[in-house]
Amino acid sequence: MWRVGKVTALHDETATARTITLEVPYWPGHVGGQHVDVRLTAANGYSAVRSYSIASAPNLEGRLEITVERLATGEVSPYLTQELSIGDRLELRGPIGGWFVWRPHQSEPIQLIAGGSGIVPLMAMIRSRVSSGSTTPFRLLYSVREPAAVFYRDELQALSDHDSVVSVTYAYTRDAPKDWPRPPGRIDAALIANTTWQSNLGSTCYVCGPTSFVESVTGLLVAGGHSPNNIRTERFGPTGDRR
Amino acid sequence: MAIISRGFSSRRSAEDAKLPPGQYLTTDFPVLSAGPTPHVSLDQWEFTIDDGTNQLRKWDWQAFRNLPTETIRVDLHCVTRWSKLGTTWEGVSIDRLLAEIQMDASFVLVHSYGGYTTNLPLKDLLNNQAWIAFRYEHEDLAPEHGGPARLLVPHLYLWKSAKWVRGLTLMHEDRPGFWESLGYHNYGDPWREQRYGGD
Repeated sequence: MWRVGKVTALHDETATARTITLEVPYWPGHVGGQHVDVRLTAANGYSAVRSYSIASAPNLEGRLEITVERLATGEVSPYLTQELSIGDRLELRGPIGGWFVWRPHQSEPIQLIAGGSGIVPLMAMIRSRVSSGSTTPFRLLYSVREPAAVFYRDELQALSDHDSVVSVTYAYTRDAPKDWPRPPGRIDAALIANTTWQSNLGSTCYVCGPTSFVESVTGLLVAGGHSPNNIRTERFGPTGDRR
Repeated sequence: MAIISRGFSSRRSAEDAKLPPGQYLTTDFPVLSAGPTPHVSLDQWEFTIDDGTNQLRKWDWQAFRNLPTETIRVDLHCVTRWSKLGTTWEGVSIDRLLAEIQMDASFVLVHSYGGYTTNLPLKDLLNNQAWIAFRYEHEDLAPEHGGPARLLVPHLYLWKSAKWVRGLTLMHEDRPGFWESLGYHNYGDPWREQRYGGD
């Protein structure tokens, strides 16, 4: 069934990504990692639907946040990131997905690995850990093009500094901050070995990002001794090697 | 009644007219999988058909590749809303694989390397509707797209076309597979937009 959400806040995460906060009466609740379908309808009746990961933790207020990255040739994301205004209403369906989720009863160490906007469902898991009062250890390895492309920077900083909710490692692929200890580059075996949970701890790994990123990272995790059964993935975008 | 999104308009092209409801056209070949890509070597690969108790047939790669093949040109429709038109595959029809088996089953559970499963009515695999495909666009099927071999059932959403396929279990009773247990539709007809349970 389609529900109606009202836009209550808009926040630009980066130059191309915007967080949309919606108030959704009778939202049935969700768990971290799930997504929601958003339907836009034009004046002539044409409609388009896309799925977006939910960024917010479950809550009792019917508040839902999604963070949308603008795709230059997209049909829906340019509208959501540039046209949508506070007070507008959006049609929503969900929550959807029962596999790429973290539930508060999980007690094993959690390893999150994000590529670019793949951070969104992982952020929902981190926020769920906070709101549920779980003390499960979380680590996040976040691969991003450059400092200006980081989503949720201040919140991640606060969660890692003050409350030790999650330990965060950034991997910059193109431009790193001045004096950054690691030269810009993709996640490699050494970074996996030095910053993620050891494979013998029984951790669950959640990897989300572009297809080529997920293929590469899961390959490194398996080569590093992680059981494929403990690795959950969500991929988006085209294949890395087109032909 | 739909809510009109002020300022929203279509960017679709004429070719989209051939698409099932709610789909958009892509020329990429996106990858969606629940976990790491299994890498199965051809000398370890096997494909089996069982009835839940007994193994009925088994092929190793060589025996499988000795079977007559067909070239298949079909459109693909993924539940995540992309469609890709006119893809070319080479594979062995399921009719061929089931030819010498006496069956009274009505349903099939498809098994993959890596643990994935999906369920279908047996009739959807028969009469030249489904294949075990091992080539895509005249090249060996890449691991991230399901190589060495995947099921191809193009008239249903693509999650039914299990990647890294390793066998079929013939059943009298239907049994939900991986995504079918996690909120997705049990049958998955794109033309009836059967995406999620209850559609």
